[in-house]
Amino acid sequence: MLDRQSISDRLATVGYIADSGLATALALMDLLKRPLLLEGAAGVGKTEVAKALSSIHGVPLIRLQCHEGLDRSDALYEWNYQRQLLAIKAREGQDADATEALIFSEKYLMQRPLLAAIRQDVAPVLLIDEIDRADEEFEAFLLEVLSDFQVSIPELGTIKATSIPRVVLTCNGTRELSDALRRRCLYHALDFPDVDREARIILARLPDIDTTLALQIARLVDRIRKEDLAKIPGVAETLDWAAALVGMGISRLDDEREALYDTLACVLKTRQDRMRMTPEVLSRLVAKVA
Amino acid sequence: MAKPVLSTREDLGPAMRRRLAGFVATLRDNGLQVGLAETRDALTVLSDRDFDRPMRVKTALRALFCGRRSDWDAFDALFDAFWSGRGVKTRVATSASAQVSQKTVKSLSTSQSSNSGDELPMDVERREEDGEADAGGQSRREGASRHDLIARTDFRKLADPDELAEAHALAERLSRKMRVRLTRRDKVAARGPRLDLRRTIRASLAHGGTPIELVKRRPRHKPLRLVVLVDASGSMSLYTAVFLRFVHGVLDHFREAEAFLFHTRLVHVSDALREKDAGRALDRLGLMAEGVGGGTRIGESLATFNRWHAARVIHSRTCVMILSDGYDTGEPDLLGTEMAALRRRCKRIVWLNPLIGWDGYTPEARGMAAALPHVDLFAPAHTLESLMALEPYLARI
Repeated sequence: MLDRQSISDRLATVGYIADSGLATALALMDLLKRPLLLEGAAGVGKTEVAKALSSIHGVPLIRLQCHEGLDRSDALYEWNYQRQLLAIKAREGQDADATEALIFSEKYLMQRPLLAAIRQDVAPVLLIDEIDRADEEFEAFLLEVLSDFQVSIPELGTIKATSIPRVVLTCNGTRELSDALRRRCLYHALDFPDVDREARIILARLPDIDTTLALQIARLVDRIRKEDLAKIPGVAETLDWAAALVGMGISRLDDEREALYDTLACVLKTRQDRMRMTPEVLSRLVAKVA
Repeated sequence: MAKPVLSTREDLGPAMRRRLAGFVATLRDNGLQVGLAETRDALTVLSDRDFDRPMRVKTALRALFCGRRSDWDAFDALFDAFWSGRGVKTRVATSASAQVSQKTVKSLSTSQSSNSGDELPMDVERREEDGEADAGGQSRREGASRHDLIARTDFRKLADPDELAEAHALAERLSRKMRVRLTRRDKVAARGPRLDLRRTIRASLAHGGTPIELVKRRPRHKPLRLVVLVDASGSMSLYTAVFLRFVHGVLDHFREAEAFLFHTRLVHVSDALREKDAGRALDRLGLMAEGVGGGTRIGESLATFNRWHAARVIHSRTCVMILSDGYDTGEPDLLGTEMAALRRRCKRIVWLNPLIGWDGYTPEARGMAAALPHVDLFAPAHTLESLMALEPYLARI
């Protein structure tokens, strides 16, 4: 088991700069064997946490994207009907019981993310993305899987977990989750990174970038986020923007305001926000950070 | 921070266990949902070598004990207050949340002023506006009593049994239109648009693989649930009876409905109002709802609702209907945050305000302004007619 500090260090080597709270929560996941619920606005890097976690442990990442109406056949398992029908046809005239045993065997079972996650040899990271998009029925079902780590399939019997996955759930508050699920999980509220941390993220992801430029971009994005925008740019947008600026050979923000304005498409994704961020507004912001 | 208490880690003595139990009790008093399993895990954390500094213990326990953003924001203050040993036992949250809200207010005003460029004058101007809005609220309340006479006429009409029957008829029509919603979940059915392959194949085994019995699926219906919160404060007294009769009809006809009454506190009145006879129901209500006709604390009532009733009463297909004039004697900030919390839980929020019917009304009562961003339908309702006029909108919700 990794302790808090080594988790933090290893995350940094795979390009994820975590604050101490998050590193603590990740260490507790292993200590207490509880899932981690990450809550935060879109673009703060919730999904990235799971990806980074899987790469520091060197285990596969299994992802379940939630949506309304998600049910057992999407999340857990489904039978392969076409092959079952073929098998029935091929064995026509033979013993019905034997046929039944055959077509409801492992061979015809299609694993979906939840089942796949508990049947690995090494414990994977299971990412249940945007749990608040699934409905309450699924939430209750998920709670059962997460507490027992076993699944019962009527035709096949109970399947016990061969390894307990590290479970990361993300939500961004579109629907209130049940108290039971919240209590079962460790909780971490992710916010947009502060200027210093964002600059370190840029440096970690784009090793070629000039340190001053990285810091300037981080400061500018921080200012932009404080403007009254319809969609606040996330960390991924910052990285795109930084990569674009590096690609265009810009080394200081205050030198190339026109080019800067043209590349705003990387961070502002709605028409309304584009209109609001006039060259004058941008110049004012740049003057403050440069 | 109390280092001496937290540094005895290797074997947790009974003193430490007692302290932790005290901390958990404090958290529970402040609305955090902490179970026995969490307390047990906290002991595991405290006896782990990796967590041997107060700061680390704080972040670890925060991850463990918090379940939502509001817990997260309040936790630091609670932790510091408890472990610094000042003996703060209960109700820390009120001061903590006040601190938090003050902070947000402060940051809001600074960000606004930095946007506008000139700082101090702007701030002062805003203050004055606030004061005016307050005064406006006051004069409006006086206005309510000036309009006594007109309002009383529509109230008297409603005592009429015909009107009562009409209120019920309206509720029934609404219930018929509102309750049928299709979900994206299926159920097995004798007839339906989709084939349930799994069950069909299973059934076909008996016929040597020929699918003779087809099993179908069709979308499941989930009734819409209506939760009505009626403001029964003094400023609403002219309309309360109208609304209560409507609510009586709603409880009678909706398959799933709940009703609450609030003024300075919140009362669950579904059972009392389910009484078939409207007059008797109102009598029972009178006994339960002591303090009707006093002031209003909408924010606190909603907080009570969110904390004690919402999890049970609200599911994702719930429409919350608030019948209130929005005059709140409590903190508008609290109302705003509680409305946001409610908004996340339910499908739609309808706010019916009797004052909109008046000419020239703008929702400038501070409480109303704080609540408005979270409301899906904001509409007038002061008579039964106006409720009926809303029928098509409500049915679409």
